[in-house]
Amino acid sequence: MKSGIFVRLFGDLTPAGLVALFGLVAMLILLPFVFSGYIMTVAIMVFYLAFVGQAWNLMLGFAGLLSLGHALFVGLGAYTAGYLFAKQGVPPVIGVFAGIAVAVAMGSAIGYLGFRFSIGGVYFALLTIAFAEFTRIIVDHVKFLGGTEGLFLPVTQESRRGADLINMRGSPEMFYFVILALSFAALIFCRWLLSGRIGYYWRAVRDNPEAAAAVGVDLFRYRMYAVMISAGMSAIAGVFYAFFYNNLFPEQVFGIERSIEATLAPIVGGVGTLFGPIFGAFILTPLGELLTSLVEWLQHNNIIDKRVKVDGVKLLFWSIAVASIVLLQPRGLWPFICRILRLTKKIEGKR
Amino acid sequence: MNAETLVNALFAGLLTGLIYGLSALGLSVIFGVIRIVNFAHGELMVVGMYMALLLFRWWGIDPLISVLIGGAILFLVGYALQAVVISRVAHLPDHMQFLLLAAIAIGIVSACLIVFGPDAQGVSADLPYSLDSFQLGLLIIDKPRLYAAAAAIVVATALLLFFKYSPVGRAIRACADNYLGARVVGLNVSRLYALTFGVGAACIGAAGCIILLIVDVHPYLAPAYTLIAFVVVIVGGMGSLYGALLGGILIGVSEAAAAILFDPSLKTAFSFALLILVLLLRPQGLLGRAVR
Repeated sequence: MKSGIFVRLFGDLTPAGLVALFGLVAMLILLPFVFSGYIMTVAIMVFYLAFVGQAWNLMLGFAGLLSLGHALFVGLGAYTAGYLFAKQGVPPVIGVFAGIAVAVAMGSAIGYLGFRFSIGGVYFALLTIAFAEFTRIIVDHVKFLGGTEGLFLPVTQESRRGADLINMRGSPEMFYFVILALSFAALIFCRWLLSGRIGYYWRAVRDNPEAAAAVGVDLFRYRMYAVMISAGMSAIAGVFYAFFYNNLFPEQVFGIERSIEATLAPIVGGVGTLFGPIFGAFILTPLGELLTSLVEWLQHNNIIDKRVKVDGVKLLFWSIAVASIVLLQPRGLWPFICRILRLTKKIEGKR
Repeated sequence: MNAETLVNALFAGLLTGLIYGLSALGLSVIFGVIRIVNFAHGELMVVGMYMALLLFRWWGIDPLISVLIGGAILFLVGYALQAVVISRVAHLPDHMQFLLLAAIAIGIVSACLIVFGPDAQGVSADLPYSLDSFQLGLLIIDKPRLYAAAAAIVVATALLLFFKYSPVGRAIRACADNYLGARVVGLNVSRLYALTFGVGAACIGAAGCIILLIVDVHPYLAPAYTLIAFVVVIVGGMGSLYGALLGGILIGVSEAAAAILFDPSLKTAFSFALLILVLLLRPQGLLGRAVR
């Protein structure tokens, strides 16, 4: 069955596509041996964004469920594993499962509320925002999680070196390899889901729920699966976030900006495509960084007022990017690239 | 804490709730007719607040008079937004339209941040009647809050009368009830949609000017107001205009109750709890019709 699984996962790629994929992976593995410092930080941000985007895309792109509160799942994963590590000394290899469990439980609660009463489309999106905001305000008041003062993970100069994977303490290179592995695992996992029964059911539910229900697809069950899997993946991203940044504040972790951040890469790359989130993250993060340096340079030379916040400019850029994608290329950039380079036999994202 | 404090707080919440109701009316009108969920709602409201602030600072115009100017300007903004941008994405799935509006919303917030900075600014201490109040038995009512609520009632009534009696308002209702039928009898639906978005935005702008009497403005208010308006509309019932007003009052009162009985920072959590409760027990909202 070995060739079977290979065909199932990579069968859609043309030879050019296969070469491109494995070439890319090889290049990315070699990256830390060539670059260090700032480039590595940017690369980590790229794959973090790609991984969260993949999780979010699973819900909207595969099952047609719009979530605008994904910070909730990311935050629950981050806070659960972070609390267990900082306050109880439980290592993240165990903590991550607790984080996943909490996020999946919350996802099931939201899904149950939403799907039981057929709260579809944008109402469901509002429900996810409401839950994220509700949780943010509650965590603000929870003493043992640090409240508004924040939760800090212990970190020392020594712990910033080496690679202690059990406690997720180590150098930026370790974090890079972890998030790179997670992103590609997510890519292959999603491909595996999509090429199986659940993937076909999801797309049926997404494209025409009435017809799917008529041929016997259990809408409730498959929508629940999508929310639960996506919540679990987001929780893993949250654990990574917690151990990479080492400090958690409710405003930052559960804030609506973070939910929007999760949507950016797949929207730009192409909602519903497998490689779109990665491609989108590759474009957005460096552009955002370039923009930051540009604004700082302009301020340094007194061309723009110093009081102008870099974050404000960055948000403005993101809003323009998303608006132009929706208006000009609503399927995202990846299907377009894919068609030009002939990387897949079918055009990804084509409905 | 005694009963007097509680009654006063709840009454103040009721007055604030009327303004929430007016703002939610704008959201409800746009959704009810065009079927667009205006995610840039709070942002438009904050734009209204800044306009009233500037008009007061430059020429000393009372925000209650700015309601007319702010409403008119936001009418034009809303009209243009629908005619130029949103009509172009009408064929896309719901979530893409939603994302476009979310992008517009973030754009407005960051533009406000760049122009006005993150600090709260207001007129609430500079008006001639700022610190005055009426006393009515046990009740002590701040003048600005009372005037603001009265203005909200006036604007909301005008809007309801417009939809009930004016020819344009009736044509708009026709579009909402039966899109195809409206086209068949020769209504210019795309123009009516633009008008609707304009009227909704004017309503939101008016609510923004009014609320400046009691709240200081800063850019991050925008997402908070968007969420409040959504909660109000879902609690009251999407598409029901009276539901929006009722929802506004309920949220205003529950926020006030949460602030005085528990902790002011928990008031939003209370609104969300109410939202979840309504979704559990009556998903179409208190005054909404069940939709399939």
